[in-house]
Amino acid sequence: MSDYKAQIRNFVVDNFLFGQPGDLADNTSFLEGGVIDSTGVLELATHLETTYGIKVKDDELVPENLDSINAIASYLERKLLPGSPAV
Amino acid sequence: MTNNRFSRDTLRIDAAAETERIVSSLRTSLSRDLKRRGLVLGLSGGIDSSVTAALAARALGKERVFGILMPERHSHSESRVLGQVVADSLGMPCVEENISGILEAVGFYRRYDAAVREAVPEYGSGWLSKIVIEGVASGGGYTTFAIVAQDPTGRTIRTRLPLKAYLEIVAATNFKQRTRKMIEYYHADRLNYAVAGTPNRLEYDQGFFVKGGDGLADVKPIAHLYKSQVYQLADFLGLPDTVRRRLPTTDTYSLPQGQDEFYFALPYEPMDLCLYGKNHAIDIDEVALAAGLTREKVQFVWQDIDRKRSTTRYLHLAPLLVGEVPELTPVGGA
Repeated sequence: MSDYKAQIRNFVVDNFLFGQPGDLADNTSFLEGGVIDSTGVLELATHLETTYGIKVKDDELVPENLDSINAIASYLERKLLPGSPAV
Repeated sequence: MTNNRFSRDTLRIDAAAETERIVSSLRTSLSRDLKRRGLVLGLSGGIDSSVTAALAARALGKERVFGILMPERHSHSESRVLGQVVADSLGMPCVEENISGILEAVGFYRRYDAAVREAVPEYGSGWLSKIVIEGVASGGGYTTFAIVAQDPTGRTIRTRLPLKAYLEIVAATNFKQRTRKMIEYYHADRLNYAVAGTPNRLEYDQGFFVKGGDGLADVKPIAHLYKSQVYQLADFLGLPDTVRRRLPTTDTYSLPQGQDEFYFALPYEPMDLCLYGKNHAIDIDEVALAAGLTREKVQFVWQDIDRKRSTTRYLHLAPLLVGEVPELTPVGGA
């Protein structure tokens, strides 16, 4: 889980914040914090698909899965659990 | 007894007084700030450009308003027909500039088709398509975008757009608005006229325009008016019935596309009520009742309004400078 958190944090900070994390915490809401907009969500989903070999399904494209570093790490944990379908 | 309950009537305006205010403002803007002799605008046959043309004709005289019809291969023929109807009804000069050749030259059709094929590999000759939003109407989570493609037999495919395809489709499509604006400024320059932009308040507030395209103008006479108020002006100004009855459309994609399919969470009437209610801090339950929506839906629409204001803020910004140039005083914003 912590590995995922660090990887996601790096991606978000590099890609959306140009290396300036400010007060971004693991539980900061991307939407409320204005970190990611609708285009950013697509970018994030594409990143997860290409980096982790998963398929983000339409019904998984929701804030519960993607709106914070913590939420994404949990989502990845579930998707990549041995035996669970990643696609 | 006065009924002060929030309703569609709250958005009623004194159309005669508002017309006079806009007409007076246009005369002042043209003579004092812009120093141009007339106005150019694109006529789409839609309510916004038609009302703007009528207001401009009242302000400056019909002979000082120059309309341009700018169809292309994907345009619905109704747009050109109704645009001409408006020009004829106002008695203003109007020309047609078909922009298909320019779009072909910049590779628009090729680029667009290639981008769609990233999501729909079989997309090709004879197919039609449009982008639609997902998530907004349901009040779920994120706004995402899907492509709807229709093959020559009428079979339809709908699939979520990956980021790259979405960006490339929008980037290609923006050629249309930017090409039209280039044509408008050509005529404005040769006539020594200014260019009128035609956004209503919903479009202006929510950033539903292309920077350097339909967002580019010297004056935007109806940007402060809610869409339903624009319709009120259309009635007052006596615009043709066919124009007043036409449903709002983007007329940007080869398949018919309503504005609420692509951008807004709702059709314009409840959207107007939600935006007005938010702007005037009206109780959410009153807004819900007036708009015929649930409280939760209004809450979601208000959040979506804030999100769009945030994500499209850059469209309104003048170029950002690192150092001040205090000798220049801007007259207004975007």
